[in-house]
Amino acid sequence: MRHTLSVLVENKFGVLTRIAGMFSGRGFNIDTLNVGPTLDPSRSRMTIVVMGDDAVLEQVTKQLNKLIDVIEIEDFRDNEYVDRELVLLRVNVDAQTRSEVMQICDIFRAKIIDVQPKNVAIELTGNESKIEKFLFLMEPFGIRDLTRTGKVAVSRRQ
Amino acid sequence: MTTPTASSSTPEPQLMTGAEILVKCLEREGVDTIFAYPGGASMPIHQALTRSTQIRTLLPRHEQGGAFAAEGYARVTGRAGVVMATSGPGGTNLITGIADAYLDSVPLIAITGQVASPLIGKGAFQETDMFGMTLPVVKHNYLVLDIADIPRVVKEAFYIAQTGRPGPVLIDMPKNIQEAKAVPVFPETVNLPGYNPHPTAEDAQLRQLLELLKSAKQPMIYCGGGIISGEASAELLEFVERTGIPVATTLMGVGGFPEDHPLALKWLGMHGTVYANNAVNESDLLLAIGVRFDDRVTSKVERFCERATIVHIDIDASELNKNKPVQLPIQSDLKDALTRLNAMLEADGARRVPCEFNAFPAWYAKIAAWKKQYPLAFRDTDEVIQQQYVISLLCEMTHGEAIITTGVGQHQMWTGQFYQFRKPRTFLTSAGLGTMGFGYPAAIGAKVARPDMQVVDIDGDGSFLMNVQELAMAHIEGIAAKAIILNNQYLGMVVQWEDLKYGSNRAHTFLGDPKDLDRIYPNYVDICRGFGVKCERVLEKKDLKAAIGRMLDSKEAYVLDVMVPYTEHVLPMIPGGMSYKDVIIDQSNSKLTAQQGAQLPTAL
Repeated sequence: MRHTLSVLVENKFGVLTRIAGMFSGRGFNIDTLNVGPTLDPSRSRMTIVVMGDDAVLEQVTKQLNKLIDVIEIEDFRDNEYVDRELVLLRVNVDAQTRSEVMQICDIFRAKIIDVQPKNVAIELTGNESKIEKFLFLMEPFGIRDLTRTGKVAVSRRQ
Repeated sequence: MTTPTASSSTPEPQLMTGAEILVKCLEREGVDTIFAYPGGASMPIHQALTRSTQIRTLLPRHEQGGAFAAEGYARVTGRAGVVMATSGPGGTNLITGIADAYLDSVPLIAITGQVASPLIGKGAFQETDMFGMTLPVVKHNYLVLDIADIPRVVKEAFYIAQTGRPGPVLIDMPKNIQEAKAVPVFPETVNLPGYNPHPTAEDAQLRQLLELLKSAKQPMIYCGGGIISGEASAELLEFVERTGIPVATTLMGVGGFPEDHPLALKWLGMHGTVYANNAVNESDLLLAIGVRFDDRVTSKVERFCERATIVHIDIDASELNKNKPVQLPIQSDLKDALTRLNAMLEADGARRVPCEFNAFPAWYAKIAAWKKQYPLAFRDTDEVIQQQYVISLLCEMTHGEAIITTGVGQHQMWTGQFYQFRKPRTFLTSAGLGTMGFGYPAAIGAKVARPDMQVVDIDGDGSFLMNVQELAMAHIEGIAAKAIILNNQYLGMVVQWEDLKYGSNRAHTFLGDPKDLDRIYPNYVDICRGFGVKCERVLEKKDLKAAIGRMLDSKEAYVLDVMVPYTEHVLPMIPGGMSYKDVIIDQSNSKLTAQQGAQLPTAL
C-alpha cells in the first residue's frame, strides 16, 4: 500500500541526507520524495510517498520522528488531503499527430510549453490517476523525455 | 549570520578562538575528562586544552581505545563521555566506538577535527566526510561551519546525548573554525522543536497494566538497559516488591535489578539461564521494560513468549511494535512510569515487602523447580583452571562489588553468568555491537570516573589483544585498571560454533603459534613489561587465588594472564533461530558433525 507523508523539518545542513539515509539504512522504500521551503525560512516541508503495509508505515513514522530535525509528521489518509504532481515531458509529433496531441492536452488541461519541428514539450499537473492516464495516452506518440516532481500534498482540514 | 555580542554576565567582551570557545563550552557542560588523540586538524583544540584547569586530557594510543574509554566513563557515570580525534583516519578510527555507543544507547560526545572548510570536498589530506560516514550510527551529528554556532552546537549535543534514549553525538569541526576568533555567546537554553526527550505514559495505560496484572497467574518482568540509563532501578525494585513479579534482565539490564534478590532470575537469551528463558516464554503476562526484543534475547521472535499478553514500556516510540507486536505499547520515561505505578499500587493497598513473596505461589514453585533442575553450573576440576571458576572466585574476592568490563565472546557470557551483579552501572559490556577490544579501554574510562572502585576487565586473549596498546594509557596516566585475560589461545566463541555447526573444523580460530604449539603466544608477560605494566601468568589452579589477591591489591594497572582450556563451551545455549525448548544444556550435545550442523537454522 502507498502512503503519503507530509514531513515538516528544520531547514538545516544535511537534513535530506538524514532522511534518505534512514530509509536506506532501515530497508524502507521511498516511492517519491519532494522537498521545498515553507513560509518559515527555517523550515522545509517534504512530501514522501512510501510503499508498505501498516506495520512498515508505523515504523517509518516513528523512525522519522526520532530524527532530531524532524518537527512534525502528518500521515495523510484517504480523502483527508489533496495532492498534485507536476510533470514535464517531451513527446514526438509530426504533421499528422501534432493536432491529436494538442487535443489530448486540451482535454487534460495540459500546456504545451515548447514546440520543436519533431516534438513538443508539455506541462501537466494533476493527481496520480490523471497523470497515469495522460502518460498512457502519450505513449503511442513516443515519449522522449519525462521529468516528474513527485507528489506534493496539503491537508483538507482546518 | 548574526554578529556575536557579549552576554551581560561578562563585563568585557573577550575575543576567543573557536578552539578556546569549544573548550569553554565543554567546561560549561561540566566535562572533567576527555580522551583525545591529536593530529593536524585538531591541534588548536589540544592547545586550548593545555590551558584548561578543569579538564583532564588523557592520551589513548589509538582513537578506538579513546572512544571505548569515553564509553566506560559514560556507562559508569551516566554522563556523556567525551572523545576527540583528528580528521580522516583519526575520525574513522572512532567510528566503531561511536557505533558501539549507538547500539547500547550510551551518551557519548565525539569531536573530530576536520580540514579547513574551503578544502572540504576537495579530497584534501586526511579528509573524510565524518558527517556522512557517521549518520547511521549517531543519535545526531553536526558539521560546524560558523564559529558563532559552536556554543549552541555543543549545548545541543550534550542535551541530545544525555536525555531521552541516550546516544552518541558527533561534532565535526573544521580547522579554520577552530582558529577563527569571535566573542562567544553562550545560550542558556536549547531550542529543538522536533525533540521531546521526556514522554510520559497516560494514567489510563498504567491502569490498564495493573488491570492485566490482576488476572495474571504467571507474570514476568523482562527488563533491559533502559532501566539503567533511565535511572529507574530503585523504582523497579519497589514495583517488584509491591507486586511480587519475578524478574529476568537482558545482558544490558544486568545490574538493573539485584541478582541476589529472591525474585531475580538473572538474565535471559541465547546464553541466559534456563529458568529465565523458561519463565519468560511460559509467562501469561510479560512486562517488557526498557528492552528492544533483540534477536539474541528472543531467538525466533515470532515464537518468543507466544502465550503471553505483552506490555512494552519504552522511552523510544520506535521500539514499540518494531520487532514484536504487543498488546499494550506504552511510550514513557521509565522512572516516571514506575514511580506512578508504585503510587497507584500504594493507593490500591499493595504494600511493599522485602521478602516472603506470596502473590503467585504456584508460579514461584514452578520457577523454583526450574532453578533446581537447571542451575548455572560447571564441572569444577583441579586439573585445569576453568573460566567459570576464575570468575566465581573474583566475584567472591571482590564481594560482587567491583565494576566489571568485558571483551566479547565466551568470557563475556561467563562473566554475566558467574559474577553476581547487584547494582546498576557495574557491568560494562559491548552487548549490541559486540565489539572485541572493548574491555580494557572501557575499564580505564570506568576507573577514571570511579577511582574509588575496583575496576576489572575480564577479557579473552583475542579481545584483549585488539586494544592492547591502551596499557600505555593506563600506565602513563597512572590508572589502576586491572585485567584478567582468560587465555585459551583460541577465539573460543567461534570455536564453540565450529563445534556446533561445522564438525569442529578450525577455520582461523587459533591465535597461538602453529609452528610451536608448546609456546604460549603472544607472551603477555613480555608485552606488559614493555608497557611498564606488571603481569603474571597463572598456569595452576592453586596459584590463582593469591595472584588475584595481588592484582586486586595493586595500586597500578595489573594484568593476570590465566591459561584456560579452549574446549569448554558456554552453556546453556539456545542456538539462534530455535525456541527456548531447544536449549543445549549438556556439552556432549553441543558438538555436532558438520552434517548435523548444516541442519541448524542459518540464523545461528
